Amino acid sequence: MNGKTLIRLGILLGLGVLVASCDIDRPPTETIQRGFRGDAQVQVINPRTYAAAFAEQSIPDAAPPADPDGPRAKDIFENVQVLGDLSSTQMVRVMVSMASWVTGGEGCSYCHVIENPALDVKYPKVVARRMLQMVRYINSHWTDHVGQTGVTCFTCHRGNPVPKNLWFANPSSTPSATFTGWHQQQNSTLPSVVQPGHLLPSAAMGSLPVDPFSMYLQGDENIRVQATDALPTKGLGASIQQTEWTYSLMTIMSKSLGVNCTYCHNTQSLQSWKESSPQRATAWYGIRMVRKLNNVYEASIDSVLPANRHGPMGDNPKIYCATCHNGVFKPLYGYPMAKDFPELKGDNANLEDYLTWKAPMPPPADYLKAQAEEQAQAAQVAQAVPAVAPAQ
Amino acid sequence: MANYQNIFTQVQVRGPFHKGPPMEPGGSPWKRTGRPRFITLLGRFGDAQIGPFYLGFLGLASIMCGFTAFEIIGLNMWASVGWSPIQFVRQLPWLALEPPSPACRLHIPCPLNDGAWWQLAGFFLTASLFLWWLRTYRRARALKMGTHVAWAFAAAIWLYIVLGFIRPVLIGSWSEAVPFGIFPHLDWVSAFSLRYGNLFYNPFHALSIAFLYGSVLLFAMHAATILAVSRYGGEREIEQITDRGTAVERAALFWRWTMGFNATMESIHRWAWWFAVLCPLVGGIGILLTGTVVDNWYLWAVKHGYAPGYPAIDPPVIDPATIPGAGQ
Repeated sequence: MNGKTLIRLGILLGLGVLVASCDIDRPPTETIQRGFRGDAQVQVINPRTYAAAFAEQSIPDAAPPADPDGPRAKDIFENVQVLGDLSSTQMVRVMVSMASWVTGGEGCSYCHVIENPALDVKYPKVVARRMLQMVRYINSHWTDHVGQTGVTCFTCHRGNPVPKNLWFANPSSTPSATFTGWHQQQNSTLPSVVQPGHLLPSAAMGSLPVDPFSMYLQGDENIRVQATDALPTKGLGASIQQTEWTYSLMTIMSKSLGVNCTYCHNTQSLQSWKESSPQRATAWYGIRMVRKLNNVYEASIDSVLPANRHGPMGDNPKIYCATCHNGVFKPLYGYPMAKDFPELKGDNANLEDYLTWKAPMPPPADYLKAQAEEQAQAAQVAQAVPAVAPAQ
Repeated sequence: MANYQNIFTQVQVRGPFHKGPPMEPGGSPWKRTGRPRFITLLGRFGDAQIGPFYLGFLGLASIMCGFTAFEIIGLNMWASVGWSPIQFVRQLPWLALEPPSPACRLHIPCPLNDGAWWQLAGFFLTASLFLWWLRTYRRARALKMGTHVAWAFAAAIWLYIVLGFIRPVLIGSWSEAVPFGIFPHLDWVSAFSLRYGNLFYNPFHALSIAFLYGSVLLFAMHAATILAVSRYGGEREIEQITDRGTAVERAALFWRWTMGFNATMESIHRWAWWFAVLCPLVGGIGILLTGTVVDNWYLWAVKHGYAPGYPAIDPPVIDPATIPGAGQ
């Protein structure tokens, strides 16, 4: 092998590395036509990503249905604030299912004091109560987004106490106080904070704003930026900056659902509803739903959560599209899991009942006394036998 | 024995150093500097001789302005990663010096941490380009050349000025301008097209692309033709404009046979010059019209019957925002 061959090999190798390092799906990929023939409105499917995502969407078997008749749960058990209207067998069924859906394998004791399940002394129980209200609210009031498929705790939690995909306020969201380095909350490989330890790569590998969540999924800033008239109208329209914020949000939606822009839009005219797919309307309701859930439910559990569940800026976890979708266009590929759980369906009539925060029951005096005694005992033991020799 | 190859230059002709014409007496007080020397590696790409240089007042001023802009941009990028040298290198393609926020409108100056550095960098970079342009013009005149290079360079400067100055001023907001940065300026391009209804339907954008691709095509055709007839002295293009030899005859015949038409030794250079110049010239017009005269290029194209409407596949979708009480 002479020098020239080596140089050529090196160039080939370099090109290979360059291509491989690009954020693209290598062939073969499949496409599904989603618009009129010839206008390239297609959904690109990478069979390898698809297979990997499919493997993650295993759905647990539903517990056998419970008899809706019989005594009400609120009459049998103590301190049942949300599920009291169910029969006691239905309520137990929901509890057993939740033990496998959200406790990370710990079971009942993740939320309950086993000796007295009615106590509200463990924070996950208070959070779970609020989340049950939320699930019923979604299934009864947001059919524009969830359809008849509905949601259960498992849709987001997938067995984990905390859903995998959440977002928190980003430390870089505050403008630079000094006179240099203003980067308009963009231009950074800094990922959006999705969970302490779980980070979302910055949108589309670009320099787009890193936190479009606060503005659009908590606040209700205007997302629409493209002009709707051919000619300029009076006053300034949306700025390039606003457009980049919207672009960042759209990229995050696309990643959350594992779809192209063309899943909802005809890219020749992104703003045109006439040329959009019905999924765009579903997504529109989805954005409003997430806003509402973040402001009503996620905000209300803030005071209950311990510090380690808060983000780097001390804020409560908040949801976005990927919280439920987990990278798939329909959560669990549209499997209607909620149909097996009429207990979670909710009733359209009593909206206030879903929205109102149910205050946790204060710990009873005898429980507090027992706790205090236990602590005192533990302190005595610790004093009697020092765990480590005191440092000299 | 060295042999002549016309794909990769292998022969380097070495004569005495070429000193250039003598300086005009009583002309510029600036002198040419640097002892000329041969660099073999440079000879593989072009002329092996490097130096002497003539920087002059304009060249020096231009370099100083350019360096100032470069420093402002670089230091702001570095500040944005908290002065970490490692992060500066790692994140460099993502870093930028951003134009002011929309809130600053057309003010001069904007707050320092919100766009004033961009304004300063823009001023110095523009000054640098203008000074360098003047230098290309003046040097061409000093050599009794035509000023074709200067005017081609002016076409590129025109596009730069439209993007960073003329259009933002017409719109009334510095925030419309392009950030300084590698990926950030690409994101600006995407956002620009998204905001103004798809730039693909901007006819001047289309023309600019035609001239861009056309330039590439012409460059390839011309370079290939000359290399192919260099064995007959075809690289002596300028002499052959008036004194047509067998190289020109063969090249002309080749294109007449394959394409039905051929350029001449002179006209091919006019073709190439105009294609190259028109690319930024019409591109700049397209940018200038965006947001000032046309707000949504797709709708404009539909209005004038030049974008096709495709039959709908899905049932008509209604904008939920127009339904009272939706999403409450």
